[in-house]
Amino acid sequence: MSYRLRVNPITCEAHGMCAELLPERISLDEWGYPLLGEEPLDPVLVDHARRAAAACPTFALLLQRERQPR
Amino acid sequence: MSVILASSGPSAYWYLTRSTGTVSLVLLTGAIVLGGLDVQRISTPSWPRFIVDALHRNVSLLAIVFLLLHILTSLLDSFASISLTDTLVPFVGSYRPFWLGLGALSFDLLLAVTLTSLLRQRVGFRTWHTVHWLTYASWPVALLHALGTGSDVKSTWLLILSLVCLMAVLATVLWRVIAAGEKHARLGRFALAGTGAFTLFLVLWVPGGPLGSEWARRSGTPSTLIDHSPHHNSNQ
Amino acid sequence: MSRAQSTYPEQPTRTTRPPVGLPRLLAGVPAHGSLDLSEHHSLHGPLPEMTRFRRRRSELIAEIEQAGLRGRGGASFPTAQKLEAVAASRGRPVVVINAAEGEPASSKDATLTRALPHLILDGGELAAQSLGASELIVAVNDSAIAGFESLATAIAERGTPARRSARIRLVGVPDRYVTGQETALVSHLNGGSALPTFAPPLPFEHGVARRPTLVSNAETFAHIALIARHGARWFRELGTSAQPGSALVTLSGPVAYPGVYEIECGAPLGSVIDAAGGLSAPARALLLGGYGGSWVPAEHLEDLCFSAEQLAPYGASPGAGVIVVLSEAACPVAETARLARWLAGESAGQCGPCLHGLGALATTLETIAGQDAHAATRERVEQLLALVRRRGACAHPDGAARLIQSAIDTFQSEFDEHARYGTCERCLAPPELVLGQPRRTRHLSTRRASLNPARRP
Repeated sequence: MSYRLRVNPITCEAHGMCAELLPERISLDEWGYPLLGEEPLDPVLVDHARRAAAACPTFALLLQRERQPR
Repeated sequence: MSVILASSGPSAYWYLTRSTGTVSLVLLTGAIVLGGLDVQRISTPSWPRFIVDALHRNVSLLAIVFLLLHILTSLLDSFASISLTDTLVPFVGSYRPFWLGLGALSFDLLLAVTLTSLLRQRVGFRTWHTVHWLTYASWPVALLHALGTGSDVKSTWLLILSLVCLMAVLATVLWRVIAAGEKHARLGRFALAGTGAFTLFLVLWVPGGPLGSEWARRSGTPSTLIDHSPHHNSNQ
Repeated sequence: MSRAQSTYPEQPTRTTRPPVGLPRLLAGVPAHGSLDLSEHHSLHGPLPEMTRFRRRRSELIAEIEQAGLRGRGGASFPTAQKLEAVAASRGRPVVVINAAEGEPASSKDATLTRALPHLILDGGELAAQSLGASELIVAVNDSAIAGFESLATAIAERGTPARRSARIRLVGVPDRYVTGQETALVSHLNGGSALPTFAPPLPFEHGVARRPTLVSNAETFAHIALIARHGARWFRELGTSAQPGSALVTLSGPVAYPGVYEIECGAPLGSVIDAAGGLSAPARALLLGGYGGSWVPAEHLEDLCFSAEQLAPYGASPGAGVIVVLSEAACPVAETARLARWLAGESAGQCGPCLHGLGALATTLETIAGQDAHAATRERVEQLLALVRRRGACAHPDGAARLIQSAIDTFQSEFDEHARYGTCERCLAPPELVLGQPRRTRHLSTRRASLNPARRP
């Protein structure tokens, strides 16, 4: 089971906690908004990603289960 | 009656309820200050955003824990007959009904805030955010409760502590209003007016009220409890 | 009047002769006013009666699938697939006719709504019947007064709906560029702001009142109205196998007769210009698709066809049928900067990267159009383009990035000139691209665009 990171760009208010808690995958652009990679999440990082998603003040960071490949 | 009370001495619960109440007030103050730091996005390399946010959440929870202990010990204590209803429904008790009732009111507000915060994902951001504003109402109510009900109000340390907490909350409110600037000007003016009025009220009321003579009687302590027991002199 | 048959066998029963060649949608289009119900019926025949529909798959949807109709709102999504998706979702569907034409360079929907409302409404009603929808909503721009009135009259003409058919509702929507976006439109219809929402859920699943909602362009519904009458095979008599049928395009810029034309899908660009009376001034490039589309150098006018496959190598697509000609007298750098600023202003302002990124792009391009255009500025544009793509809730930043990227690629020489010498004399010329101005009445051509059949791939 693999996961993907996704952000709701409307709810995101650039608090930046996600980048602090998951620096391996999330960096911030010059305006403080998150840059997420497209690739699936490394399984080792899933717990950290969960914590990052829980820490987001506006619930903008989403951890989505990977769909079955077609 | 008073003879029995005098011979048994004040119960541990009585001391515990006063101390946990005070700690709860201090922690609540801390939670508000940290909340201000959080929303203003203050952070340093050693205190990143997620730490400030987690501190705010944890200090708030700790404040609630001490608040629950404060309520529990007040129920267990036999001096002032406070029932469970009195802790949740404001102003219906027999012991200093108004001032105790303020405590119940503050607790009700904090209960709403806590429940919505714990169930944030369920209730959604909007609801959670709206209810969260009640913290700014719960704090002054809690302070008035402490000054009106508290047995230690005349002691210097409590007065100084209350003053420090008051200044911390005032500073937080002022800072938030200034930082918001034009964006929420009307809300800012309302906040400043409210805090100004509250401070003025304290300045005018505290000297003649809790610090004045016979406050225990004036605040609604049942006459049976106003006795000549040496242990409760501080209530006079 | 003969009844339409209950199924569509090899030869669909026709109550009127199906049009051969062009025009199809624009047949009988009046230069002013609209076709009323009787005129519409004598031209196209009565509305085909739908058989008892089945939720999952109706004959109409099958016919549309065979016809290969794709949406005409810009995304070119297969219409049958959309209908299927709505049909497969839970709840009583809603059909929304999207005539909210926020693209300043497009007026095909304005023309259709003003002149041929019954064609659109036919398609809407047919789709509603095939889906079992309870409500049919027509969304028009607040400023499109002629279209609004025309539709209102047409709806009244059609009378009260029969017991099983959908209730028709006419709604005015704000004039912004993003209002025509699917989720923005649904949000507005749900009583919220006319701004895009985060997907999932998409409207086909949860749209108006959280019900499965079909949102399609007004022109798409017009095509449905004719496919239902004349069949899939007829529809495919024009166009290419990948893009069958006909389409409306809005032609603007230095051509003899700018306006709305109906062309065969995949028609050569040159023949479209010829149908409009040819160029009235030498052209530098063409903007295809819309203000979120791509530029194509004018040299390719002769060998390019207005089809997705042919335009793809240029990063272009037919989009919403917009063709804007830019003359050689204009400064493409200045026009691009103006366009970038307009696109930045049309941002919904909900997503940080779009709001900040498009603004920064506009500022940077204005700097390039001005004096300072050294290499670092160009790098800055590349950097910003990478930062805005796919980082919004809707495709607006992507469209803006596409436009700006293609401008830089197409107008390399002009950009280099600006880098070396600063403003050019063409910068002084009046701007050519029409941006956000009150919609002027475009010249509607009633000429039949008889074009050479597209070269089949």
